[in-house]
Amino acid sequence: MTDPTPARVQETAAPPYRPSAHPPAVSAARARTFGSWYYAEHVLRSMNSYRWTLLASSVGTPVLYLFAMGVGLATLVDRTAAGAFGGVGYLAFLAPALLASATIMTAATEFTYPVMDGFKWRRVYYGPHASPLSTDQIVNGHIIAITARLTATTIIYFLIVAAFGASPSAAGAAAIPVAVLSGLAFGLPLMAYSAGVEEDKGQFALVMRFVVTPMFLFSGTFFPLDTLPVFLRWIGWISPLWHGTELGRALTYGYDVPAWLAVVHVLFLLVLAVIGWRRARTVYARRLGR
Amino acid sequence: MSTTPSGPPVISAQQLSKHYGDFRAVDGISFDVPAGESFGLLGPNGAGKSTTMRMIGGVSQRTSGRLTIMGLDPEEHGPEVRAHLGVVPQQDNLDEELRVRDNLLVYGRYFGLPMSYLRPKADELLEFAQLTDKATAKVDALSGGMKRRLTIARSLINEPKILLLDEPTTGLDPQARHILWDRLFRLKESGVTLILTTHYMDEAEQLCDRLVVVDKGRIMAEGSPAQLIRDHSTREVLELRFGSERNTTVAAELQGIGERLEPLPDRVLIYADDGEAALEQVTSRGLRPITSLVRRSSLEDVFLRLTGRSLVD
Ligand SMILES: Nc1ncnc2c1ncn2[C@@H]1O[C@H](COP(=O)(O)OP(=O)(O)OP(=O)(O)O)[C@@H](O)[C@H]1O
Ligand SMILES: [Mg+2]
Repeated sequence: MTDPTPARVQETAAPPYRPSAHPPAVSAARARTFGSWYYAEHVLRSMNSYRWTLLASSVGTPVLYLFAMGVGLATLVDRTAAGAFGGVGYLAFLAPALLASATIMTAATEFTYPVMDGFKWRRVYYGPHASPLSTDQIVNGHIIAITARLTATTIIYFLIVAAFGASPSAAGAAAIPVAVLSGLAFGLPLMAYSAGVEEDKGQFALVMRFVVTPMFLFSGTFFPLDTLPVFLRWIGWISPLWHGTELGRALTYGYDVPAWLAVVHVLFLLVLAVIGWRRARTVYARRLGR
Repeated sequence: MSTTPSGPPVISAQQLSKHYGDFRAVDGISFDVPAGESFGLLGPNGAGKSTTMRMIGGVSQRTSGRLTIMGLDPEEHGPEVRAHLGVVPQQDNLDEELRVRDNLLVYGRYFGLPMSYLRPKADELLEFAQLTDKATAKVDALSGGMKRRLTIARSLINEPKILLLDEPTTGLDPQARHILWDRLFRLKESGVTLILTTHYMDEAEQLCDRLVVVDKGRIMAEGSPAQLIRDHSTREVLELRFGSERNTTVAAELQGIGERLEPLPDRVLIYADDGEAALEQVTSRGLRPITSLVRRSSLEDVFLRLTGRSLVD
């Protein structure tokens, strides 16, 4: 039987010009190389559809916090407890913690409900899953897109911190990647967890209430960790927020962190992120491939 | 049959099985689909059609058996296999946060297709799906049938040579169904291989060169629609209605007429090669049905016969 399809590639323009799709082998090769970016592009496009909400909250949150803390709390604290925070004002002490926790909280939302949406509610993952993309690329692409979103929010946050004069050191901007890394260190293990949730029976709300909130309160955010009783300090040690905050303080106001400890902070965050990422790939492959 | 198989099969399954725990959703089915054929899977709810489709589509891992698409094992060459396919899953999975046209563009990007190709292609497909005036609407705002049409349009974005259609016309109005049938027919003419599941027997008769009837994960029968009717049913069927009270009781008095008798809640079916003759026998026994109808046997009769009187939606 002869192939009834007309000749495909027609560079010598036979009007009207109707380009045809490239062959499957090309699709597969491109997907193997760029697939993660293709999916990231998709997620960013759908985030783009609510960009104004995102922008408003990215600006609104830091302004609100810094105003309340800077004008209210910090004035009071500085008057009564000057010198308790390593020689800087309370706002400078607080700002890197707020920066990291804002990123972590955004990560906590982005790596829970949207993941559930992908598997269950709107089943967004199943579209790309039927295309040449692999499950690993779906995971990677989603992570890339969320990382881009976290970076954008964190940059805005940092600019507002700087505008409040709460990042005196020249190296301050380096707190941005540190905060994003903290977000991933918390977010990626959470992503792996979310991917295993078959039905939302309020697990995510519990995570927010019993993981995120205590972490926010007890990670040396509002006061140095060593003012906590010893039996509560472990919360800080295992919290990506504490590690991210300590690094952030070193960068924004020169808080004195020994080099070895700085390395430990970075390694801790990296290891958490990598473990979460690898675990997420396994869980995604299992769930999508059923 | 209209197409004569040539060359190696595009899809080949041998003893293909899929178990969920102890449950055998697909239990050792084998078939080959040559290029350009239009191949249908029929079967009652839960027969294992979608599970089979997902394995062919390279998105679900089989428990055992062999499966190749274009000579490739989807579990080893997933991207290469899926790059050949256009897929309409049973359940839509559009991105409802994106606009209608963007759903097509984004999907085309997964195949690495350039925007210069995708933009005109998306417009052409929107035209085909009669969604041109909804191009910039959010998918949220579409009706169920419109979403279905968009999913079908999306499956064609990469100009696939193999199309997997899992109940493509469920939820479509009659007009949209006919437009789709026409399109599928033309794709078939241009050499596209179609794999189709449906609960509409007229659709299967119109579109499929060859069918398998699947029940409980196994193939019950295989052949062209005409051949299946010949093998599993009589030439004609006499439908009698005696009123819902009497259908079953009267069945006893009808014994011996035609080849086979099938009492249903709302009517009695008599399978016979000559329906009029069977009707004369009925009246000669002094039975007076409220209505009687002689019709040709259809695929539906085959389906009901092979899969038992299970309820099919
Ligand atoms: N992920 C799963 N886990 C457990 N069982 C499953 C899963 N997916 C499908 N099944 C079971 O496998 C069987 C076959 O399902 P499948 O979806 O293939 O049926 P189908 O023939 O497509 O039916 P329908 O006509 O209703 O679409 C069903 O009994 C179903 O409950
Ligand atoms: Mg099905």
